[in-house]
Amino acid sequence: MSNPTDNAPVAHSAGAAEESRPSLSALLLDPSFWADWASVVGLVGLVIVFGIAQPVFLSVANLQALLLAAAILVVLSIGQTFVVATSGIDLSLAAAVMLGAIILGLVNAAGYGIFIACVLAVLATSAIGFLNGLIITAGKIPDFVVTLGTLSGITGLGLILSGGEPTMVGSTFLLKLASGSFGPFGYPVWVAIAAVIVAHIALYHTRFGVHLLATGGQVESAGALGIRTNRVKIAAYTISGFCAGIAAILLVARIGSAEPQINTSLLLNSVAAVVLGGVSLFGGRASILGPAIGALMLTALVNGLTLLNVSAFYQPLAVGAIVVLAALIMRYQK
Amino acid sequence: MSAVSLSSASDSIIACNGLSKHFGGVRAFTDVAFQARRGEVTAVIGDNGAGKSTLIRCLVGVHVPDAGSIVFDGREHPFSNPDGARKAGIETVHQNLALIDELTVAQNLFLNRELVRRIGPFAFLDRKAMKREARSMLSRLSINVPSINQRVRRLSGGQRQAISICRAVGSGAKLVVMDEPTAALGVQETANVEALIRRLREQSVSVILVSHNFDQVRRLSDQIWVMRAGKMAATVRASETSGNELVALVTGAA
Repeated sequence: MSNPTDNAPVAHSAGAAEESRPSLSALLLDPSFWADWASVVGLVGLVIVFGIAQPVFLSVANLQALLLAAAILVVLSIGQTFVVATSGIDLSLAAAVMLGAIILGLVNAAGYGIFIACVLAVLATSAIGFLNGLIITAGKIPDFVVTLGTLSGITGLGLILSGGEPTMVGSTFLLKLASGSFGPFGYPVWVAIAAVIVAHIALYHTRFGVHLLATGGQVESAGALGIRTNRVKIAAYTISGFCAGIAAILLVARIGSAEPQINTSLLLNSVAAVVLGGVSLFGGRASILGPAIGALMLTALVNGLTLLNVSAFYQPLAVGAIVVLAALIMRYQK
Repeated sequence: MSAVSLSSASDSIIACNGLSKHFGGVRAFTDVAFQARRGEVTAVIGDNGAGKSTLIRCLVGVHVPDAGSIVFDGREHPFSNPDGARKAGIETVHQNLALIDELTVAQNLFLNRELVRRIGPFAFLDRKAMKREARSMLSRLSINVPSINQRVRRLSGGQRQAISICRAVGSGAKLVVMDEPTAALGVQETANVEALIRRLREQSVSVILVSHNFDQVRRLSDQIWVMRAGKMAATVRASETSGNELVALVTGAA
């Protein structure tokens, strides 16, 4: 997506088409440019519109609150990106967040330390992801069906474990995580930034990343070249589960309790952020910055509409419209 | 005609003897002897269903033969799956052009054998080295692509096939197997790929070529093996045969 065009025709290649950098005006007229940078363009557009309509939007306090609110969605979008890059989809993502939160709450309430509670929560959600991947690859069942099943199964498990009751988590560690800050950003924002950096390196600078894209691009061809595509898929789902665990910790820290309730908008927005980020739902093409900025954009949209006193009922409508619009623009992607 | 003499093992890169393969009750081929000499282009021809594709799949580890021996590079039965065959030094250029559309030329050339730099316990892709190597691999075989950073999706069928072949050769393979390398290509692209195969021959790369096209086989190969109805019917030097003789051998009219 953001690959720099390297002007490097093959040596001795008489007749090879010379590559040249397109001029700025040509770039701006090229729909593929807009498709590749949809999330950035959208974010900038929203910032400008909301900044003019409601100057408070651009205040440092609001921007900090916006980033803080976006942190969970950014982390989840990264998890979703790894799965979508393999041409799958993880519908159980938000349910895994809920189960992670409940496990965190219950383990903490049982008197174990908060660190053990957090580790167990992440292990549990990672295990869910691993299980998703295992069933999809070993059972050769479509991703959609399997994760829809685990979505329901995990929801039930969460209700059974919690008895349907929220668990208060009064932990100074989580309180600090939620409200403390380092430099200009709150800790959750730093967690999201770290996740973006690690995921970006994993996707672009490791063999795993190339194999992930190859698996998503053409699974048979990748297999024929000796890539263990099943392992790659299982790894992608496990990463998604891991991200759900991190998001669960951030969520519990943010609201101070573990609720046996699925935040469906987290799931839908994670997919929406991935689409906005220019990641192909057919797999094989992905970036990390794109979905992260997509997540920021969706959060900015909700934040701005709230500041403009637009009823919360209109927010899903706006998100839906933007996602469909983005999908339309994506058709022009090269 | 069916008695095929094998020359000494030392100059053969791969040789098989008494090879049989059947799927359930369907016999793909029986008691086949075959060999390919080092540094030569060896062609396998035959009608549809003659068993040539299955034979090739046995040679590259996709199928395990029911009976018979395979000796590759002086070693008996060196592999039992495609990955093992690849590690032993056999690279296959697939009929369906096994490239990943969404990856770049350079990424495809190094897929699953990426160059990495180790930093502590982590291994990071050495993208610069891979791009440099990719350029020199392509220029060694005089393959033209607009840019090694181009996604393969946007290349023509001939360019894609050339890259498939380049990857196979560039891996340092001892034997490159091509199954119908020009089947999906137009006239000009076929000519380009044929020129590429000729360059491989000049560089003494050992190649097994499966083809329907008798003229192409005579132009490109040194030795031609003819399969008919699950048997190895004959083998001839390409320089000593004619198109008519090949047709006769393939159809059994001889």
